Amino acid sequence: MLRFLVRRVLFGILVLWVVTVVVFAIFFLAPHDPARLIAGRMATPATVAAVRHNLGLDRPVYVQYGSFVWNLLHGNLGYSYYRAQPVTQLLLSRLPVTASLALGAAVLWLLIGVGIGVLAAVRPRSLEDRAATVFALTFYSMPPFLLGLVLLYLLFFRLHLAGVTFFAGGGYTPLTQDPLGWAQHLLLPWITLALVTSVTYIRLTRGSMLDVLGEDYIRTARSKGLGELRVIVVHALRSALTPVVTQFGVDLATLLGGAIVTEQVFGLPGLGQLSVQSVTNQDLPVIIGTVILFAFFIVVANILVDVLYAVLDPRVRLS
Amino acid sequence: MATGEPVLAMERADLELGGEVAARGPWRLAWERLRRDRAAIAATAFIVFISLVAIGAPLVAHLTGHPPDAQYRDTGLSINGIPVGPNRTFLFGTDELGRDVLVRVAYGARISLLVGAVASGLAVLVGIAVGMCAGYFGAAVDTLLSRFMDVILSFPLLLFAIALVTVVGPSLPLSVAIIVFFSWAPVGRVVRGQVLSLREKEFVEAARSVGASDLRILAVDILPNLAAQIIVYATLLVPLSIVFEATLSFLGLGVVPPTAEWGSMLAEAVSYYQVAWWYVAFPGAALLFTTLAFNILGDSVRDAVDPRGERMFVRG
Repeated sequence: MLRFLVRRVLFGILVLWVVTVVVFAIFFLAPHDPARLIAGRMATPATVAAVRHNLGLDRPVYVQYGSFVWNLLHGNLGYSYYRAQPVTQLLLSRLPVTASLALGAAVLWLLIGVGIGVLAAVRPRSLEDRAATVFALTFYSMPPFLLGLVLLYLLFFRLHLAGVTFFAGGGYTPLTQDPLGWAQHLLLPWITLALVTSVTYIRLTRGSMLDVLGEDYIRTARSKGLGELRVIVVHALRSALTPVVTQFGVDLATLLGGAIVTEQVFGLPGLGQLSVQSVTNQDLPVIIGTVILFAFFIVVANILVDVLYAVLDPRVRLS
Repeated sequence: MATGEPVLAMERADLELGGEVAARGPWRLAWERLRRDRAAIAATAFIVFISLVAIGAPLVAHLTGHPPDAQYRDTGLSINGIPVGPNRTFLFGTDELGRDVLVRVAYGARISLLVGAVASGLAVLVGIAVGMCAGYFGAAVDTLLSRFMDVILSFPLLLFAIALVTVVGPSLPLSVAIIVFFSWAPVGRVVRGQVLSLREKEFVEAARSVGASDLRILAVDILPNLAAQIIVYATLLVPLSIVFEATLSFLGLGVVPPTAEWGSMLAEAVSYYQVAWWYVAFPGAALLFTTLAFNILGDSVRDAVDPRGERMFVRG
């Protein structure tokens, strides 16, 4: 187990190292000179040179990379070109929004995915199973921004016209300020992200439930007189969930991508919106900070999932 | 007499083939299975239709008399400057600049299908090359390439795309490059796994013992055995690429305005959906039905090529 863990952590560090190298290379690929950008249009060459020196851009590349990584290890991601704020502070102020979106959506999609998957598997080829298939195929093909727009039109706009003002059309209220408003503002984004992502889980749960339900121990459980509900929930679902857990780790990178798009549709002031705005502002340090932060999350989450997987399935530990 | 009839009928059918037993290869069987799949036929019909629309986009512009970027501020916008809904002049309504949505949807099909085909084609090629090298040569090559694929698969890809676009500036070739870079790794993994088992097979050993070079073994003996898997993957990569490209354009990181593209049309529609449902409905439907058609076709191809394999979306 320890060896397994060490190997996973080392691989995680490798990924993060590659991310820093790639991101740093992008810095140097940039055709825009950040010093000129900060100094402004009217700056004299002397001012630009002074700014460049201040930013340390006149030092050799490897020294710059070294100090970049050194600062990174100390949690310092530099300053935003566009907003006069440290990147770390900026990211931390946006993190709660993206975290709320991602976590809420994750709960919802696991419920939808596993729920529908089990329903479909319990009676294969039934009407429910076919309905689940149509559901999965539709949302698998539906880009999140399109689904978001459709939901906005139907559940926000049309319902508002009909006098039902339950769903919010965008924006964000912090959880600490108004928990109910927080949930209300996030409900449509959650549904959007959850529906799109749940498809994989329906498929996985259905497949592995079908396998498990054919096992001998399920027949044993039934024959000793256990109720069908107990057999399915307690006996079958537990072992059927192993592939679901793995998929959860794999999906995190996709989830963050989906979160960026969803934030854009619903005007949520999260990390995704910040990074898209930073493209317009040519604010490279912010984008790089976001990439590194997300990469860190993905790596940590993948390690956690692998550990969880090893706990659930002893064969992984031994191999 | 009555009981003997079915047997006779069967014998007659055999006789009609001229007494010969017609051999049906695996490809022929797959093709016949596909032809009997009604969902696959419908999906193919739609793909053909949307391809014709893409090719004939200039014709659509000609017939309506509206070039894709022409702004009709008098007829295409209401007095308040709001897009007008579907009518006789503008069958799909207009957008916020008074442009014809129908013509723009038709032109958008060109970009989506082009990117879908080119990006997934390139991704499959790269995936085959890398996967075959990793699987065939094994040892250090395999470790290196496999780790590389693992790294790519655990990259926050959309953010990486955002960083690249910031530096290089948005463009269609860049979008294709980004899609290829992040799509080949899953193909590479599958190919590697297949090659890993194929290279131990007797026919590969036989080829090697008669002195065939590695390149020849890979191209002549191993590649044809991968064809089925590759076709399935290529079909399923097309919708993914189309959605990825539309996502980039939606975020303003893909094609540059005023180029007509479904994703960027939907991005504009975010501000107008309350007054112009058609602005969401038509580009959205085009995007949804195109990805849906490719997904259904890909699933059917998978089923036709490997009937025992697990379908992505099970049907009856």
